[in-house]
Amino acid sequence: MTFEGARAITEAIRSGQTSAVEVCRASLRRLEATDAAVHAFLAVDGDAALQSAAGLDARRDDWARLPLLGVPVGLKDNLCARGLPTTAASRILESYEPPYDATVVERLVRAGAVVIGKTNCDEFAMGSSTENSAFGATRNPWALDRTPGGSSGGSAAAVAARVVALAFGSDTGGSIRQPAAMCGVVGLKPTYGRVSRYGLLAFGSSLDQIGPLATSVADAALALQIIAGPDDRDATCSPSAVPDYVEALTGDVRDLRIGVPRDHLATGLDSEVAQSFDRAVDVLRREGAVIQDISLPYSGSAIPVYYLVATAEASSNLARYDGVRYGYRAANAESLGDMYDRTRDQGFGPEVKRRIMLGTYVLSSGYYEAYYRKAQQVRTLIRRDYEAALAQVDLIAVPTSPTPAFRLGERLDDPLQMYLADVFTVGANLAGLPAVSVPCGLTDDRLPIGFQLTGRSMDEATVLRAADAFERATRFSRLQPHLSTS
Amino acid sequence: MSSEFTPDDLRHLARLARLELTAEELTLFSRQLSEFLAYAEQVQNIDTEGVPPTSHPTASTGALRDDERRPSLPRDAALAEAPDADRSAGLFKVPRVLGS
Repeated sequence: MTFEGARAITEAIRSGQTSAVEVCRASLRRLEATDAAVHAFLAVDGDAALQSAAGLDARRDDWARLPLLGVPVGLKDNLCARGLPTTAASRILESYEPPYDATVVERLVRAGAVVIGKTNCDEFAMGSSTENSAFGATRNPWALDRTPGGSSGGSAAAVAARVVALAFGSDTGGSIRQPAAMCGVVGLKPTYGRVSRYGLLAFGSSLDQIGPLATSVADAALALQIIAGPDDRDATCSPSAVPDYVEALTGDVRDLRIGVPRDHLATGLDSEVAQSFDRAVDVLRREGAVIQDISLPYSGSAIPVYYLVATAEASSNLARYDGVRYGYRAANAESLGDMYDRTRDQGFGPEVKRRIMLGTYVLSSGYYEAYYRKAQQVRTLIRRDYEAALAQVDLIAVPTSPTPAFRLGERLDDPLQMYLADVFTVGANLAGLPAVSVPCGLTDDRLPIGFQLTGRSMDEATVLRAADAFERATRFSRLQPHLSTS
Repeated sequence: MSSEFTPDDLRHLARLARLELTAEELTLFSRQLSEFLAYAEQVQNIDTEGVPPTSHPTASTGALRDDERRPSLPRDAALAEAPDADRSAGLFKVPRVLGS
């Protein structure tokens, strides 16, 4: 017996149709049947997962307080969780076992979730295809010769393959939303500061957010409910109260105005994506939302601004990986400096090194004003674009990715081509706004297409309400890949 | 300014970033980073007169808490992942610093 989604699982356990152990066993069986081909997971501890599940089955008295009772979840491997390695898909942390759990992990486990394993990603979350993992690429369950997107490709694939009902990723420039779109699942990036970053290995500290990937908007809302909220261990985490995201899903969008930035959409959009997007907008119109054209004049600069700011922050954040306190240390170093240089050269992959170099350049004396400070100023202009637009409309709709999933290896020789995959997603990170990707169609080759809704700061309730209404009116989130199981 | 990276530029940056790059990496990265910077040149042409920089997208500047002692990571846990440590002394061990 299989159950579709987190809520169905918790209901089935509560009603006695199944147990947490049975659900966990089914998840592990599904992993065994699919992961040789998909490679969504890096580390799995089946025994520990079964033990957690058994513990939950024995605690009937607590069940009412466990909103994620028995739900199998995957965690992107840049989220610290004790008991398994946290590698950020990098050789520099290959056998690192953190001595603490991320706040998000603590909250999930406290809510009754069962951690199945750590999912694959681009190294240190830097990439749009999961091909930058030091431990092999993940394959898209919809087409095994294609990428699942990135950087949270493992999490997206694990949900698409129905190994786990929920997975968690991080999103700095689109790394939850883009793989969600490519894998036909829901992916949410919360408002900057809505979810604690404590225990997330930092990439771009002013951009990173942790969020859920799920097979329905309602499950994503439930997941957000669990992980969102104040945390004094993260100084950037907002102290503001968390509304009821599940109750917000009324199905009614008749009061909503949705803006489409038509001039921004001219950028290299695949024709099937364009058609699918237009149909998605039509669905919302039929459901009663008012659609209007808006303008985001600085959207053409979002990619270069993002890569200037994010790499600068990354160059600083990754300075801690030096072989001193944890992780890989190069052997036979003659001096401390030599150890630093060799450890980092041997431990980091090429994309990480490229970004550290670019970030170092952008921050270096003589170039700081021209590049970094300039990019920060244009970031303000981009934020103002969104603020002005969101004063006229409640939500902004765009495709999530300009193309469906591309083939493995296709963009590896051209980093700039790879960066352009983020053209529709980086804006929400630069402006710190909540954004969700929802499945809205399949190409003729049966590859998923997603579209994205961005809302006002801390207004996940409206973002999720519209996404959920769209989902109820269509059936795309329920589509699954035909994954032949071994 | 030039948006062209020579291998020498890259060597200087690699020193700053504490990376030891191979000759192949120096050549490949020079080209790739030059391409990116040429693309990013467009940002230079935007009028940002009087526009304040955004360092992070939140209004809050971070709440402070009272300076009260709280439990933190036990020392043994902090040393547990060290490639080389003197656990009884509570120290991380590294190669000689002088002459680096």
